[in-house]
Amino acid sequence: MNFNLTKTQELFRQMIHEFAEKEVKPLAAEIDEQERFPEETVKKMAKLGIFGIPVPKEYGGAGGDNIMYSIAVEELSRCCATTGVIVSAHTSLCMVPILEFGTEEQKRKYLPKLASGEWIGAFGLTEPNAGTDSSAQQTTAVLDGDEWVLNGNKIFITNAGQAGLYVIIAMTDKSQGNRGISAFLVEADTPGFSVGKQELKMGIRGSSTAELIFDNCRIPKENLLGQVGRGFRIAMKTLDGGRIGIAAQALGIAQGALDETVKYTKERKQFGRAIAKFQNTQFQMADLQTKIEAARLLVRSAAFKKDEAIKNDRIAYSADSAMAKLYASEVAMEVTTKAVQFHGGYGYTREYPVERMMRDAKITEIYEGTSEVQRMVIAGNLFGKI
Amino acid sequence: MKILVCIKQVPDTTEIRIDPVTKTLVREGVPSIMNPDDKGGLELALRFKDKFGAEVTVITMGPPQADLILREAFAMGADRAILLTDRKFAGADTLATSNALAGAARTLDWDLIITGRQAIDGDTAQVGPEMAEHLNIPQISYVAGLDYDGKTFTVKKQTEEGHQILQFEGKGLLTVLAPAFKSRYMSVGGIVDAYDREVEVWGADKVDLDESKLGLKGSPTKVVKSFAKELKQPGVIHEVDAEHAVELIISKLKEKHII
Amino acid sequence: MDNSQYKHVFVFAEQRDGVVQSVALELIGKARDLAADLGEKVFAVLLGKGIAPSAKKLVEYGADTVIVVDNDNLKDYVTEQYAQAMYQVVVEYKPAILLFGATTIGRDLAPRVAARLGTGLTADCTKLEISEDTKEFQMTRPAFGGNLMATIMCPDHRPQMSTVRPGVMQKCTPNASRKGEIINFAPKFDSSKFSVKLVKTVKEEKASVDISEAKILVSGGRGVGCVAGFDKLRELAKVVGGEVSSSRAMVDAGNMPHDRQVGQTGKTVRPDVYFALGISGAIQHLAGMEESECIIAVNKDKFAPIFAVADLGIVCDLNTVVPLLTERLKKEMAK
Repeated sequence: MNFNLTKTQELFRQMIHEFAEKEVKPLAAEIDEQERFPEETVKKMAKLGIFGIPVPKEYGGAGGDNIMYSIAVEELSRCCATTGVIVSAHTSLCMVPILEFGTEEQKRKYLPKLASGEWIGAFGLTEPNAGTDSSAQQTTAVLDGDEWVLNGNKIFITNAGQAGLYVIIAMTDKSQGNRGISAFLVEADTPGFSVGKQELKMGIRGSSTAELIFDNCRIPKENLLGQVGRGFRIAMKTLDGGRIGIAAQALGIAQGALDETVKYTKERKQFGRAIAKFQNTQFQMADLQTKIEAARLLVRSAAFKKDEAIKNDRIAYSADSAMAKLYASEVAMEVTTKAVQFHGGYGYTREYPVERMMRDAKITEIYEGTSEVQRMVIAGNLFGKI
Repeated sequence: MKILVCIKQVPDTTEIRIDPVTKTLVREGVPSIMNPDDKGGLELALRFKDKFGAEVTVITMGPPQADLILREAFAMGADRAILLTDRKFAGADTLATSNALAGAARTLDWDLIITGRQAIDGDTAQVGPEMAEHLNIPQISYVAGLDYDGKTFTVKKQTEEGHQILQFEGKGLLTVLAPAFKSRYMSVGGIVDAYDREVEVWGADKVDLDESKLGLKGSPTKVVKSFAKELKQPGVIHEVDAEHAVELIISKLKEKHII
Repeated sequence: MDNSQYKHVFVFAEQRDGVVQSVALELIGKARDLAADLGEKVFAVLLGKGIAPSAKKLVEYGADTVIVVDNDNLKDYVTEQYAQAMYQVVVEYKPAILLFGATTIGRDLAPRVAARLGTGLTADCTKLEISEDTKEFQMTRPAFGGNLMATIMCPDHRPQMSTVRPGVMQKCTPNASRKGEIINFAPKFDSSKFSVKLVKTVKEEKASVDISEAKILVSGGRGVGCVAGFDKLRELAKVVGGEVSSSRAMVDAGNMPHDRQVGQTGKTVRPDVYFALGISGAIQHLAGMEESECIIAVNKDKFAPIFAVADLGIVCDLNTVVPLLTERLKKEMAK
């Protein structure tokens, strides 16, 4: 069992770490302050292939693995959680379901555009009345001749308005329950599809979060993703992968907050010495460091399993990704809260980045399945059918 | 068009610290990087390749671990990579290093050689010009811009007062300043392939050169001793009037060779 | 190589547009010390076109002999033309030591000449001396990005060559009545090797300033008070060859633009000299400048935290110190 990154993964980590430090970090405070989508960073990332990490080269991707992908989201999020989630939602929630469930035509049509970053991707499952209870879908899709007609709305959709392509979950047969739900691919400028106003959020303020509105939106029947009635399963499997991304985001936020706190406590002097010299600081920081390391191992392990599952689809990783996300997000919340505390009054001001990190961390306990949902998945896996 | 780019792996000297007790360099945990000026040179070569088409070969003289910067070069877009490594090269000063690199260059096919202006560990800025002399080709240093019309190279050279425009035809060597060319990052796809590419490993025997010119034997300069700079002592606070204050400041500025 | 044939200390007297560069005069100053220790003489080598009148200045600043190479080919600096001339001067006069300024020209020419001669060159020397007992030429220079110092010798090859940065060595006081020998040297140029053409030279005014590139910063804080207060700092900066920067307080007050702010939310700087004038030294400011090579702090408050990081701390009103300092520096720089 080898805990080391391969040479290729290490070379990748070196690049993405430097990119995050030099290109992402300098903008982090500004895009949070202005609630601005970091277009310039998105262009730079697209050029390097960061939007297509786990997609095979034959579809225009970089041909990398999920470990690399999780490292990318971690390192980007360490500097800016907004930038991390843009890549994560695009990759795990839009590109990967097409790669895993799409027809050859769909893959050839959409993957090159998404992997090159020409189009950003998004995913619409959540509705005003379907959050944790995600199967309570009210958005409908009806087959009319050669087209599916969508009606309904989605809320809290990441990358809304910026995306070129959306994976949309909708009810095709209410009488079938979960088996009456299907998945669709909707292009941005489809008539009948519009994006609502931006949500004003506590954190990841540069991320575009908005409502999607379907009003007799007609899409070609070729844009059904997977088979009719398999949409709920597709959504759940998609979230299994997405959770690895969010876990990596939470991990990155925690690491960034820890690094800032180490730096600050070494410089800040009270009672004649650096506060890093007090045992209270050291013991608490030691605990936080240990938790971050544990979170990292859970994230890497889940990513590793997903890579294995590509070769052998008997390998399940939902519980692994749920544990990674559950743990990393709770660690992120704890680390960032303590980080603000260690910074004292200064930490509460926007002069230091830790208050932003704390605001950013909170969403990781909520989206792509709340911590409660993660516990349901883990318990479900542990107990089986009871 | 074939471009040969010389690069060097160096410790990141901005990360180096002196051990306050032993007064020696703390080398553990100091990352090794591609020398920034050389990265600028590679970037210039790659921009030339993007614009005019070219085959870019990178070569480095170093220990086996210098393989890493060649992989980085591949991931940035280099076509061919050569690691010049041999115990016989050890202890080389700039003359011996430039001789070894020139010896390797003699066995290769190239139209232009690009090197960085200086390495952040040696800081001499000598290897490029000395290499050009050994190869009997013109050199232009402090290059901040390059154009080509199929026959003539037009080069922008940075000087203290501004810049100069120079031209030459045929073969030449350019030394490049990092700030002039913001280098590209390795692409993800390039990284995925980097370790599948072949790095050619060359020993001293593959180099067209007299062995007496290599390594310590081929180095006219010798390091007699090395020592840590004096660490900063906490300063003294003077409560004085303005005239005395000025005297103290002038003394300090003279001590630091500012005036 | 029979080293006993090589004698005397030679200095490449760099000139640009006919003006002898200060670094050349500084090197002649150092060459005098070296020559004295060796019991030998100082030669200046002056290359150019129509530059003979400058030879006198070199003698005034300490050269015993000036070798003047006045030729059309040397009107502007181009590597090969100058390298051919220097090479032939060395072959003819056999210097034991040959010094160049570590300027754009020096760092281009010296290695070319060293390689042509097959001798050793040591760059950016901060100290040059002749050892007392063995009379060997020792060159000391920074290595590893300045973290370490190394002393280097070139025992078996001649000439022993070094480059030295401007401002490191000291000029002698010029003596107009000093006498020196002027020799005219005419090299044989091989113009078939002149492959590079100088098309044009452009002088540039520096547009915007990046304070993180400045070697000297004159930084003002609350103690400076107002916009007008910074005029005095600007004058000081001009005289000393530095740039003006400030703490956050002054930027927030609108007295300075944000791109001149040093600190946590501004820029991090590491200049050779950081003047902290009327700056208290809040932790966010220190984070941006505490790595400066030399920190000179002037503040009325003797308990100001800036003094904890200052190499030289002066408790005094900057408004009385700065004008006096500027005047005094004007006198010093004129010397």
